[in-house]
Amino acid sequence: MSRRQIILVAALVLAAGAIPFLVSDYRTFQFTLTLVYAIALLGLNLLTGYNGQISLGHGAFYAIGAYTAAILMDQYGMPYWATLPFAALVCLVAGFLFGLPALRLEGLYLALATFALGVSLPALLKYHHLEKWTGGVQGIVINKPDPPFGLPINPDQWLYLFTLAVAVLMFVLAWNLLRGRIGRAMIAIRDQHIAAEAMGINTAMVKSLAFGVSAMYTGVAGALGAIAIQYVAPDSFNIFVSIVFLVGIVIGGLASISGAIYGALFIQFVPNIADEISRAAPWAIFGVFLLVFVYLMPMGVAGAVRMALARLARKAQNRSQST
Amino acid sequence: MIDPIAAGALLRVEGVGVRFGGIVALDGVSFDVEAGRIVGLIGPNGAGKTTLFNCLSRLYECGSGDILFNGVSLLQVPKHGIAALGIGRTFQNLALFRTMTVLDNIMVGHHCRTHSGFFVNSLRLPAVTHEERATLEKAKSLVRFLGLEAVAGARVADLPFGTQKRVELARALAAEPKLLLLDEPASGLNHEEVGDLGTLIKEIRDRFGLTVLLVEHHMSLVMSISDRVVALNFGRKIAEGTPAEVQAHPEVIQAYLGGAH
Repeated sequence: MSRRQIILVAALVLAAGAIPFLVSDYRTFQFTLTLVYAIALLGLNLLTGYNGQISLGHGAFYAIGAYTAAILMDQYGMPYWATLPFAALVCLVAGFLFGLPALRLEGLYLALATFALGVSLPALLKYHHLEKWTGGVQGIVINKPDPPFGLPINPDQWLYLFTLAVAVLMFVLAWNLLRGRIGRAMIAIRDQHIAAEAMGINTAMVKSLAFGVSAMYTGVAGALGAIAIQYVAPDSFNIFVSIVFLVGIVIGGLASISGAIYGALFIQFVPNIADEISRAAPWAIFGVFLLVFVYLMPMGVAGAVRMALARLARKAQNRSQST
Repeated sequence: MIDPIAAGALLRVEGVGVRFGGIVALDGVSFDVEAGRIVGLIGPNGAGKTTLFNCLSRLYECGSGDILFNGVSLLQVPKHGIAALGIGRTFQNLALFRTMTVLDNIMVGHHCRTHSGFFVNSLRLPAVTHEERATLEKAKSLVRFLGLEAVAGARVADLPFGTQKRVELARALAAEPKLLLLDEPASGLNHEEVGDLGTLIKEIRDRFGLTVLLVEHHMSLVMSISDRVVALNFGRKIAEGTPAEVQAHPEVIQAYLGGAH
């Protein structure tokens, strides 16, 4: 990244930090969820966009992260911020272990295997032997965290800023990972796995670890989501969550870091807009939005932004040459 | 650079046999490749040349026999361990990372000479920065060597075939191989490019002090640059020797021209 890009990103982060002081508490809550989804989508994009492994079941890791945080807070009285490393670790291990057998599957078969995971997890959460921890169908209610150090802001504002800080950290780590040796190996496997192996890339290890890291991101997002919504229940993690995540990375832009943010804005706000346009058939409106986006921006929003910037740069260059 | 006492042969192929169902693709093929040589592997279509290459890079399992590299059996080495041992290769129909730039493709070639993993990469520790800089330098020097400067930042999929072949060569060299396997490097190149390729292969051998084993249909190229030639037909070795010896071998002539001679 050039110096200018770093300044631009820093300015965007600062602007994002100002949001809770400019909008209502409810909007702030919505933006908190947008950040949560951005982390989840970044995780899925690491796996599907960069490494070429399709997952139709990432809602499962989102749920595991959410329940890990909720159970630790509810049963063990752990502070909300301390649950994040645990949610990360549990999902990293779960993702890695799921990624190992998934090595044998490709394309649609992998999609089916992950779909099975996503579709079966809510039932598992209701399983009565686990009820002691999961609260069964009732789920778990958790308390909204108060701002620390007597900061003069309300809990919604604090939660937004906390989530923003975690999101920035997660995005920087992912950017580091992707711009170096491991990022190149992940893309190489996606593009040409036989050649990748011939170049000395341990494709099995990289793919399983990519699965683990991807699940870890989505799990941290799940934990943050649970803290923000203050409630987890099996039915809020149905298969639709997994599918919406996939919609998010495609709309935002596959194999793009910024795409995760565009995708998150889409999956957070477009259903609301659709609902305002037509209370009777919001999903029909959502479908229309989806078609328009896919048709107008076949490379996702990130791809469209990239092309627009390139065109602007070319124009600026032409102008400076002609004068 | 090359240890002359290493039993003479850098690569020893010992009675390698491969079957696909009922078809015998390779039948007890043996030959040695001495360090520092350019060895040509020839034979009509379906003779088993690429099958042998794929055994060398462990893409296929040998049914019988053994392959020794520097005295180590390759059959015990996992697929992704071959590059680190010092065997690099190019592919018959190109196997580049299509969405990546030329420079990134070459940098992937250096993967087996670097070690940083997920954790240190995500933190971008100083060791990673150091390693990345070395990888970039390596890739840039190969870009210069192969005259790819003008396209270094371009996506490989957008480049002409001949250029892509050079990128593949650069990627293989980035792994710092001792033995370079070239699978039909001249295919798809025009007459002039083939002439340049012969010079380039010799230059690569001398400059990087490596050994070359090449599969090639382009006879004048093979015969002009090879120190030794091995001829296969129907999965068996039918001749081995200097280019002149192999060209004059009756079984080779028969394999290429049919039974008329």
